[in-house]
Amino acid sequence: MTTSEYASERETTEGRVFTVTGGDWDSVTANIDPLSNEKIVVNMGPQHPSTHGVLRLVLELEGETVTECRPVVGYLHTGIEKNLEYRNWTQGVTFVTRMDYLANMSNETAYCLAVEKLLGIEDQITDRATTIRVLFMELQRIASHLVWLATTGMELGAISMMLYGFREREYILDIFEETSGLRMNNGYIRPGGLAQDLPESAVRKIRDFLKYLPKKLKEYEAMLSGQVIWQQRTQGVAVLDVTGCLSLGITGPVLRSAGLPWDLRKTMPYCGYENYEFDVPTATTGDVWGRYLVRMAEIRESLKIVEQALDRLKPGPIWIADKKIAWPSQLALGLDGLGNSLEHVAKIMGQSMESLIHHFKLVTEGFRVPAGQVYVAVEHPRGELGVHAVSDGGTHPYRVHYREPSFVNLQAIPAMAEGALLADVIAGGASLDPVMGGCDR
Amino acid sequence: MSIQPGTEGSVPAGAELGAPAQTPPSPDKGMFGVQGTGDVSGFGRLVRPRPAVFDSPRPYGGYFDDVYDALEEAYPAISEAIEKVVVDRAELTLHVRAEHIVDVCQVMRDDASLRFELCSSVDAVDYLGSDERRFHVAYQLTSMTYRRRVRLEVAVADGVPVPSVTRVYPTADWQEREIYDMFGVVFPGHPNLTRILMPDDWEGHPQRKDYPLGGVPVEYKGAEIPPPDQRRVYQ
Repeated sequence: MTTSEYASERETTEGRVFTVTGGDWDSVTANIDPLSNEKIVVNMGPQHPSTHGVLRLVLELEGETVTECRPVVGYLHTGIEKNLEYRNWTQGVTFVTRMDYLANMSNETAYCLAVEKLLGIEDQITDRATTIRVLFMELQRIASHLVWLATTGMELGAISMMLYGFREREYILDIFEETSGLRMNNGYIRPGGLAQDLPESAVRKIRDFLKYLPKKLKEYEAMLSGQVIWQQRTQGVAVLDVTGCLSLGITGPVLRSAGLPWDLRKTMPYCGYENYEFDVPTATTGDVWGRYLVRMAEIRESLKIVEQALDRLKPGPIWIADKKIAWPSQLALGLDGLGNSLEHVAKIMGQSMESLIHHFKLVTEGFRVPAGQVYVAVEHPRGELGVHAVSDGGTHPYRVHYREPSFVNLQAIPAMAEGALLADVIAGGASLDPVMGGCDR
Repeated sequence: MSIQPGTEGSVPAGAELGAPAQTPPSPDKGMFGVQGTGDVSGFGRLVRPRPAVFDSPRPYGGYFDDVYDALEEAYPAISEAIEKVVVDRAELTLHVRAEHIVDVCQVMRDDASLRFELCSSVDAVDYLGSDERRFHVAYQLTSMTYRRRVRLEVAVADGVPVPSVTRVYPTADWQEREIYDMFGVVFPGHPNLTRILMPDDWEGHPQRKDYPLGGVPVEYKGAEIPPPDQRRVYQ
């Protein structure tokens, strides 16, 4: 019996327990007597590079075959939903943007659509604001899919893909920074409008990006699609058919990879998606390979939408005309970040007492939202993102619940993993694209 | 309306911090949430009516009538099962009695003219102080065939179980666990009703309205900023 420095072992009442920390699988298997101990329970996570954050999988193995898989979540629970109840409706954006940190524009838009539906002002949101929302949600989808490609590439051994994916995503984060002052967690989309207008420089950057990315996508497909290792690691792995998806509530690219073209942008349009021309890519294989094809095609469709959104972007107001809801100050991006514009400060401090009172009331107290409840869903990069918002008629949310696609989709891991090989658990889990910040909220 | 913290037998974790259990409910009377000052402006006498939830009259409009009629045809016990039908903000909510929820879900999923294949979301809201049956479990059902949405809502008092719908919609598994974790609603028939987001040995159910937010004061540039639930509230 050997004790490796990477795989220390101790006896417990449950049997022998190994603590494995490195590339030392051999030293574990060497110590297992194949006749008497054929079952190994592996506790994978919560700190495992392949679990996209702090996800823990308890796997029961027979040889290399997984016989039981139990996902454990909650390590990143931050109580965002509870916190929202102690802030006013506008402040909520700052919280929800931090849930799924790879798709914050979708989180913010879904929240704002819910608040606007509660207020009954959906029709008063300006065209420019809606178009910029669509533009940014699609850029965000591209960024999220690029991170998926990067991390999945890394997990399946294509390390160079990781570097390329994150590099391309940085272009999109630059565009967000140019517009909102922040790369991530923007807090940019607000109930009633947007924090700031889209500057001309950002439009130029988006135009450049539209020319740049398609070339790169071709390169990545040339690198991965024909790769035998990539094919063998993905084709026929972690299959989930439409029936399985629907009963487990799986939506998004995973559902579409099984062949059902269910995309809320097409089937239950919001933000004027019915006016854009794009396709809903599907695959029929229902495996990791199909999800890869669907996501690559979705990046291209999103590029199409971004281009159309840029073309229909007309100058105009970004805030709702109703001054009792619209943010009172004109925000401007200064050297030290986003803040009140100098003209606005001059006006409220020097010229108009009423403006000052109005500003103070709306910023500290917020607007009242009539009592009631709504459920609004948008197509998030990972599936249906639903917001159930309840108001008691006050200035704070009474309850906001996020139906997070990462949370719901993770339920599919046992269905994909059980009966498959240990290595395929990684591929299957990665193909769900879970983001634990969204899952645990 | 007043909030009665700690009506349960056990004191939730964090309750001894002395924090108010909730931001005070939106006031029914007066403005600015100010009380106990010598108000001579007359604002203090303004009364804000609290809207009640009414049964919506037929016709409900849109596809809502079709859904209700189809459910009536497929599920004869509808008058016992459905307490109330509410149409608000272009959304249909059927208030279902707890003992009927599984059967109603089954019919909603399987009937050819309903076909709510996808249970999008299950979550709960705590209406402490405004409803005797304080926990409302809301099921957001989606029909992919007809592209419709309907919300089912089950109201139960504290300690009253809601039958689990995991047999009909397996996707409700983790979501019911989350409701149990956050609100303490028990779902008999659930295969594995344990905590999911909070640690297994956590005491109390954090998203109940009588559970405090908690938090510590933060010092910033010499000034102390109180935790969010102890700050001044303008409302």
